Amino acid sequence: MAATSVRVAAPAYTALARAPRSLWGDAWRQFRRHRLAMAGLGTLGFLVLATLVGPFVYTQPTDGIDFSRTLRGPSWAHPFGTDNLGRDLLARCLYGGKISIAVGVMAVTVAMSVGTFVGAVSGFFRRADGPLMRLTDMFISLPSLPLLLLVIMLFRDSLRGLLGPIIGIFVLIVLVVGLLNWMGTARLVRAAFLSLKQRDFVIAAHAVGCPDGRIVVRHILPNALAPVLVAATIGVGAAIITESSLSFLGLGFPPDEPTWGRLLYDAQAFIDIAPHFALFPGLLISLTVLSINYVGDGLRDALDPRRLT
Amino acid sequence: MGRYVLRRLIISIPTLLGISVVIFAILAFAPGDPLSQFANNPEVPFEVREQVRRSLGLDQPVQLRYVSWVTSLLRGDLGYSFASKLPVSELILQRLPATLAVLGSAYLIGLLIALPVGILSAVKRYSFFDHFATTATFIGFSVPSFFTGLILIVIFSVHLRWFPFIYDSTIETQDLESLWRQIRQTIMPVAVLTFFYAATMARYVRAEILENLPQDYVRTARAKGLRERILLQRHVLRNSLIPVVTLLALGLPHIFTGAVITEQIFAVPGIGHLLILSIVNADTPVVMGVTFIFAVLVVAFNLLADVCYAALDPRIRYS
Repeated sequence: MAATSVRVAAPAYTALARAPRSLWGDAWRQFRRHRLAMAGLGTLGFLVLATLVGPFVYTQPTDGIDFSRTLRGPSWAHPFGTDNLGRDLLARCLYGGKISIAVGVMAVTVAMSVGTFVGAVSGFFRRADGPLMRLTDMFISLPSLPLLLLVIMLFRDSLRGLLGPIIGIFVLIVLVVGLLNWMGTARLVRAAFLSLKQRDFVIAAHAVGCPDGRIVVRHILPNALAPVLVAATIGVGAAIITESSLSFLGLGFPPDEPTWGRLLYDAQAFIDIAPHFALFPGLLISLTVLSINYVGDGLRDALDPRRLT
Repeated sequence: MGRYVLRRLIISIPTLLGISVVIFAILAFAPGDPLSQFANNPEVPFEVREQVRRSLGLDQPVQLRYVSWVTSLLRGDLGYSFASKLPVSELILQRLPATLAVLGSAYLIGLLIALPVGILSAVKRYSFFDHFATTATFIGFSVPSFFTGLILIVIFSVHLRWFPFIYDSTIETQDLESLWRQIRQTIMPVAVLTFFYAATMARYVRAEILENLPQDYVRTARAKGLRERILLQRHVLRNSLIPVVTLLALGLPHIFTGAVITEQIFAVPGIGHLLILSIVNADTPVVMGVTFIFAVLVVAFNLLADVCYAALDPRIRYS
């Protein structure tokens, strides 16, 4: 970020010596001006770090059942209090957060891959456009939560048998959430491809005999990535909410895997006597999704060519 | 216009067929036996189970089963529930009013809040009100509805004891007192959904108005001396609300998601509640029926939105 400090010091004379500006460098400069997005990035970084490193620093067991201390409020020994079986809630939140965030990121990876592929094919090859967009429209009309519940109800047991109880349900949720959420990306990528296809640099690439696949991957795709990145960021938040909703309905992860949604599901029964039990996982979900949405908002502003200065 | 509506209606038929194929395929290729619940029941001997299988047509090939399922769907026959032995369509019709009442009122109140908030925060961009409203909308669509619901329960049911936290479906509205009880128990589920809808819609409204304000026609209108109020009402608002209609329709699947969760928290006897109940009971015909009804509602509202879109914006004609 030398460019910024140079500009502040002596804007007029060093203009020529300034390092070349790239799209991502400009975007980062713009992003840093968005205070709430920076706060979101910081909070998000902290939460991710906490769920990854936290369990090594905070060594309370996640499954230390102790009936002498059930449903206690926050204290020095247990900063988030304890649950109905006397287990330490902070340890469980840290452990579960890792799963919740991982589900969100993986599901979005699936959704973005499918969406980018479908969008690129239908934007580049005119013949595939009609059928693929019809398919996209159909998927948009699918009621996602009922279908998610249906698929999980039907396939849960066999995948659990195949891959084990935790990985099985993890793979299932990631795949289903991903495969029901690629449509927005497909539309964005298609729109970007349709306009980029007509640009001179693509026509030039055609003219020098560059093969189609190479044009798509090397020339068009990098220019179409900005809206995908914004959609992906916001998608992670949505996927975390979807996973939590499933677990909250009791149809996601099994009880011994305390994802944030699952903790809320367990806490629901004790809401009148131990509100802290629901409060902490709920706050963590909300804080994570809120930070992600602010980061997405900042990215959208930063990558919008109309706002670049 | 009439031809456009007709065309749009015809286009939605393959969409619905596609959806029916997806739902059917998921069930048909799912591992496990749809009659497994009878297998564990000692009162149902093997022969009876096979007879049930034949009477349900489960011994036939997949294509034939699909065709017969779709033809009975067209007749409005969604099959019978495993659990209650009642027709699925009857179960759904029983519960649809509660869902639509809660969703409808939340949607309406949400819109009534979102419109002024969105307009004001776009017109007074970067003002204190705009910052406040933008933050509130961000929180509104970031906080999951199940958490909002639980917070409302802790505050208003447990501490203040203003509202009951379980919906009592036995209340019949006969007099003012029972009407009041009915309203009181709907306030919290409606509030949870309203918060979410209002946040989403206010964001759309604000973004669309901001999109329109710097445009040439606005400058022209200002230049000819039009008052700001009229300019907003007659020019900007009309143009801005057109895309909002589509965005609202596209967000509909999410709205049903919220409804399922809210009904589950507050035990509102709607179709979302029915869905969860039948999933827990492995009541396949009901799950299929409810999923399909959700899909039909989504397609129907999308159709409505497209028709509204064409009616509102004379520039748009899909030929």
